[in-house]
Amino acid sequence: MAASEQTFQQSAHVALANTQLRRNMGKATSTIRAKRANVVGELPDWEALREAGRAIKAQTLRHLDEYLLQLEASVQRAGGQVHWARDAAEANRIIIELIQATGSREVVKVKSLTTDEIRLNAALAQVGITATETDLAELIIQLAGESSSHILVPAIHKNRAEIRAIFRQTIARGQPLTDQPRDLTAAARAHLRRKFLSAGVAISGANFAVAETGTIAVVESEGNGRMCLTLPQTLITVMGIEKVIPTFQDLEVFLQLLPRSSTGERMNPYTSLWTGVTPGDGPQAFHLVLLDNGRTSVLRDAVGRQALQCIRCSACLNICPVYARVGGHAYRSVYPGPIGAILTPQLADLERAQTLPYASSLCGACYEVCPVKINIPEVLVHLRGQIVVRQQRHLSGKLNTEHVAMRWLARQFATRARYERAQRLGRLAQGPLTRDGVITWLPGMLKGWTATRDLRALPKQTFREWWQQRESSR
Amino acid sequence: MRVALFITCFNDTLFPETGIAMTRLLERLGCEVTFPLDQTCCGQMHYNTGYHREALPLIRHFVSVFGEAEIIVSPSASCVGMVREQYPRAAAQFHDAALAAAAADLIPRVYELSEFLADVLQVEDVSAYFPHRVTYHPTCHSLRGLRVGDKPLRLLRAVRGIDLVELPDASECCGFGGTFAVKNAETSQAMLADKVRSALDTRAEIVCAADNSCLMHIGGALSRQRAGVRVMHLAEILACTEEDS
Repeated sequence: MAASEQTFQQSAHVALANTQLRRNMGKATSTIRAKRANVVGELPDWEALREAGRAIKAQTLRHLDEYLLQLEASVQRAGGQVHWARDAAEANRIIIELIQATGSREVVKVKSLTTDEIRLNAALAQVGITATETDLAELIIQLAGESSSHILVPAIHKNRAEIRAIFRQTIARGQPLTDQPRDLTAAARAHLRRKFLSAGVAISGANFAVAETGTIAVVESEGNGRMCLTLPQTLITVMGIEKVIPTFQDLEVFLQLLPRSSTGERMNPYTSLWTGVTPGDGPQAFHLVLLDNGRTSVLRDAVGRQALQCIRCSACLNICPVYARVGGHAYRSVYPGPIGAILTPQLADLERAQTLPYASSLCGACYEVCPVKINIPEVLVHLRGQIVVRQQRHLSGKLNTEHVAMRWLARQFATRARYERAQRLGRLAQGPLTRDGVITWLPGMLKGWTATRDLRALPKQTFREWWQQRESSR
Repeated sequence: MRVALFITCFNDTLFPETGIAMTRLLERLGCEVTFPLDQTCCGQMHYNTGYHREALPLIRHFVSVFGEAEIIVSPSASCVGMVREQYPRAAAQFHDAALAAAAADLIPRVYELSEFLADVLQVEDVSAYFPHRVTYHPTCHSLRGLRVGDKPLRLLRAVRGIDLVELPDASECCGFGGTFAVKNAETSQAMLADKVRSALDTRAEIVCAADNSCLMHIGGALSRQRAGVRVMHLAEILACTEEDS
């Protein structure tokens, strides 16, 4: 999973200037926020549910090895085959071999972040296998040749008029088409029906996998997933190893938490559950690919590992004031938003994604809405700590302006005498920058502040000076 | 009641009027206010930016300065949040059992101003008088960190003469976020633009909050835009009486 070299600041710069994106994102996130708040507010035991979700996930992660082996045995017992993939390359190789063994060159896909993470579609294209995304928003993105900008609503950055334009150039070429949702959906449906009937293989992700029974669960809104899971003869499910849950009963907690948190619905329209293979009904070959791709190394970090509790609901994206303004592409990762800011650097490589943990004002809104109580601000600060330590290993890092300034300040704050001397020094140094008690320009890093904000100059007297003067005059 | 003022380095250096207002307000309510002069910085900026090793001596310093205080009160929800949430984490991270014990002992005695007034002194009407149109911005760390709820608003509602108007999208972050405002200046500005728009929509002349850091951010934009709106810390409004005006 590669996070591009481009910094968050650079991609945010471009995104923030896109007024159509700002409008689309603002509208979409405020709508979904309100829907979520409504349905969450209905449940008197919401906090207890969140705690249950957190506890099940945390407990599972502590004994992940055992639950995965149990899952493997259960799936095999039910007639499925299980494959273990260390990384993206291994997963793609396994999937390609499985598809080639069927002789099919066409696959239909249920929306899956995990297959985006391993860049499966590109790997399939290289060996001449055509993958069709069947989730409406994924299809839009695939037809536009873009990447997803949201965990749940990949085309959240597009409005109806833009989607109509994409369809007119692709699946509805030369056909009359309005930008009404009913028309757009009908065009996608006509296109997808043909694919469902002709494809020999379906590929899905998994929302949950029950260790006890070997049951896999996919939760969706459109019914395309149900088509993929029942029509083709071969079904391949790719899941991150953290998606396992111990028992069937645990689904009760998550199937309440997930739809309310993600789409703001009490219940999602389609919940598909299947256990291995049923003779004469649905796919006759079922393969489960269990993907590590960095997850076991995340598990080693006692603070960072809570990121693996994520059930991909996207409530943190929708509530995030940063995400709502820059959109998903600015994070340059399959996993954008607050969860992406803690997951991407851990799964990929902290060195390359080191601006992401700073892409947050630590406002805490993400933690408040997270259905499994991932303390995202805590992990962000934890990762920032790792980044600073890494940078300080090199001389160039140590000599960087920020590091020098931070170390200097820490020394001034160490004792009262140095602190008071620094206060006096600050008052002297600001002289040339101050006019009528206001600073309108600062050099270097601080220019970011004064580009659009004034800064009040240091007043003539600090509080402690006032205090001491008052004490002495008593 | 003897109250030690945890002024925060930020207010000490940049906003002494807030500390002065706190002192007057608390004394008016019958508290004996002390100010431990050895206090410097709680370490929040360093810790939250990732300079954990650099923050550690500041955390230890804070704990030793305030260790003996009976009650500690601060005009910053953000710095109180630092002590409450991050001190135990820092102690655990650096395997400092003595610091962990000292922090655990200290934390129940640290209050943000509105918490102290509501929970310890149990007052809502502090006999303030402030005949101005005011809107209140609940800062992220007061709202979601400390969970002060409507305590500041109840205090403001009891102020005589005040015309308190609701801020649209109040709980949305203003975009300050400490070093975030500089490290991600453009995103921060985009958030600030929306906050300023909400504030201007209220036609208030004053934006009030329980944290001067957020107010410095919002006020910095209002000043640059010559918007004719100023910012004031909660303590300063609560300190005003009919005798002052």
